[in-house]
Amino acid sequence: MSRTLSYREALHDAHFQALSEDPRVFLVGEDVNCYGGTYAVSKGLADHFGADRVIDAPLSESGFVGAGIGAAMGGLRPIVEVMTVNFSLLALDQIVNAAATLRHMSGGQISVPLVIRMAMGAGRQLAAQHSHSLEGWYAHVPGLRVVAPATVADARGMLLTALADPDPVIIFEHVGLLALTDELPDDAGAVEIDHAAVRREGSDVSLITWGGNLPKALEAARQLEAAGISAEVLDLRTLRPLDDAAIVASVSKTHRAVVIDEMWKTGSFAAEVCTRIMEQAFFELDAPLRRVCSAEVPIPYARHMELAALPSVEQIVQAATEIARHE
Amino acid sequence: MSELKDTIVGLLLKIAPEVDAAEIKPDVDLRDQLDIDSMDHLNFVIAMAKQFGLEIPEKDYPRLTTLDDCVAYVQSHRH
Amino acid sequence: MSDFNMPSLGADMDEGEILAWKVKPGDSVRKGDVLLEVDTSKAAFDVEADHDGVVEEILVEPGRKVAVGTPIARIRQTGEALAKPAPKPVAPHLRITPLARVVAKDLGVDPAKIGRGTGIDGAITRADVERAAAKHEEPHVEKAPPPPSGADKSKREGLRDAIAAAMSRSKREIPHYYLSQTIDLEPALNWLEKLNAGRPITERILSPVLLLKAVAHAIWEVPELNGYWTDGALNQSESVHLGVAISLHSGVIAPAIHDADDMSLEQLMAALADLVQRARHGTLKASEMTDSTITVTNLGDRGPEAVYGVIYPPQVALVGFGAVMSRALVIDGQLVARRSVIATLSADHRASDGHRGGLFLRAIARLLEHPESL
Repeated sequence: MSRTLSYREALHDAHFQALSEDPRVFLVGEDVNCYGGTYAVSKGLADHFGADRVIDAPLSESGFVGAGIGAAMGGLRPIVEVMTVNFSLLALDQIVNAAATLRHMSGGQISVPLVIRMAMGAGRQLAAQHSHSLEGWYAHVPGLRVVAPATVADARGMLLTALADPDPVIIFEHVGLLALTDELPDDAGAVEIDHAAVRREGSDVSLITWGGNLPKALEAARQLEAAGISAEVLDLRTLRPLDDAAIVASVSKTHRAVVIDEMWKTGSFAAEVCTRIMEQAFFELDAPLRRVCSAEVPIPYARHMELAALPSVEQIVQAATEIARHE
Repeated sequence: MSELKDTIVGLLLKIAPEVDAAEIKPDVDLRDQLDIDSMDHLNFVIAMAKQFGLEIPEKDYPRLTTLDDCVAYVQSHRH
Repeated sequence: MSDFNMPSLGADMDEGEILAWKVKPGDSVRKGDVLLEVDTSKAAFDVEADHDGVVEEILVEPGRKVAVGTPIARIRQTGEALAKPAPKPVAPHLRITPLARVVAKDLGVDPAKIGRGTGIDGAITRADVERAAAKHEEPHVEKAPPPPSGADKSKREGLRDAIAAAMSRSKREIPHYYLSQTIDLEPALNWLEKLNAGRPITERILSPVLLLKAVAHAIWEVPELNGYWTDGALNQSESVHLGVAISLHSGVIAPAIHDADDMSLEQLMAALADLVQRARHGTLKASEMTDSTITVTNLGDRGPEAVYGVIYPPQVALVGFGAVMSRALVIDGQLVARRSVIATLSADHRASDGHRGGLFLRAIARLLEHPESL
């Protein structure tokens, strides 16, 4: 049997399952208990599991992320919700200097089985302090695993696998995906988080993306197909460690690639992906690489300005057409 | 007569080395059959003038159209 | 000391056979002196020194065939010549995708011969290489056993191949536009006849020389027709090196008359007479085969009325003259018979526009109306 559910519901169900199956699991974050989570992911969980396991934290990212690290070192399996990636900068010291390093600095004696979830991305008119995409910054850091569920199934399953990881995992949940729906089997559960996934097969150009831009890439692929260009859509899913083999396989098949990234182009994660293609698949390329990224401005508040600043389906189609057109 | 003709053919071959002397028809326009241009033809006329010590005015060029013409022209102007 | 390399005497030349050295070790040479005679698939050429110096060593003996770029002699430079390296044409950077380069190697296709590709900004893509490979397959098979019919025939085929490659590239890459103008030659021919009447035969001027001179001067007014289209841009030439089409039995060649715009009619006449004669005898110089900045083709006085020529890449224009013949022209409202010629221009639309091309033809016509000014 299967049922249709939203990305938000899938996240909720994943938490419910995790809290049910493992007494070491707890959720901590701003407004996760009384308010049910800023994006209503934890709605109702407090009623079920109580205030000891669904804990409202004060507005102190460094404090409660640090508490999560300590709890993980002590044997618990904390899920720390950071309201948005913008706020996580307050906890950078805890994440980069503590969570990511302790296994190495303790000679393998200490593990930090911590999961940090962050909302991210623009599109909901939350302006420059609540809308940014910085997943590439975290993917830069050894000692962290960084995943970006882009589908309902991954929203349902990645949390469970992340909790089973002995090292810190950061999950980036793009706010533009929360209302996405899909049909999932009733027994949907944990999914692997080691590999990228081809979401659509194609032969002329690879659209490489992750998280919130996957729906745009898929829509672009549909429009390109109508124009006679067969686009393959590769969802990276895990940004660290990156699935180089999947990227090389796709580019070796299509010989052209557009990387779609909501980060700003300068120093974007797309830059890393492109570089790996140059390093590992240069002689497969039959056209220059293209990137579709955000405009280099703080994300604007006004609706039309915000849309203009973000990667669009039109830009993806145009970039792909430029490099894959048939004469 | 034949010696004169051979001399003229020799001049032609200097101008157009690709030509086969045996195939030159005496009564056919040289420029047509040898596929040479006005510059080649002028070089040929200059060579004729030098060889035979003639002053050939421009208006006489049409009188040097075929091999037979050339022989006749030289014969009538030699003295 | 610098190596003197087997020069490229045209884009299609891969190798050359050294027929004879005209210098020996210890000889002083000046820039422009003939160093050796080289046989290519087209014809034999004299190759000149590109700077002053002393021949130090001959590296390749006559009778041997070597690839373009192979050092064939060592020449010690003298004086200041050392400071400025000879301006050798640099092979243009090939815009080709990495994949296309790999595939070209696999398929044995020379990507330099493909021309502009269909990829982004004219890049050669895998599809372009595969198309080129498919096209080349037939001639390759055909060519495999060399024809046993002797050197002359293979030379003729060599020139034919070279013309085929250049003209195909031209029509593939160059967006030609064509203009024509009928020019009244009566004033020019009358003036010339008068001039020649007072001159001994060796000093007479042929009418095609007047046409060449008019072309060389008209270029001053529309300089964008004179030069090369390379790397996606027009590189105008300061000098006017007129390529003159000469029809040999083996095919047409268009060696250059260097700096034709600076020559008097007499000099131009002498240069043309010399060029035609040497073309017939296969003793053209290498620089003459590669330096033309614009080409003129003249069908002569017995050819057809007009020629719409194919530009010789990377040049950007070709001027054609049809046969000079008597035509009914309207002059001052009167219908009169006048000796006239149809001048045509084939030009590269990337480098110039029809309006400018029209000005160029009009300039030729105007100059020929006042031949004394030439």
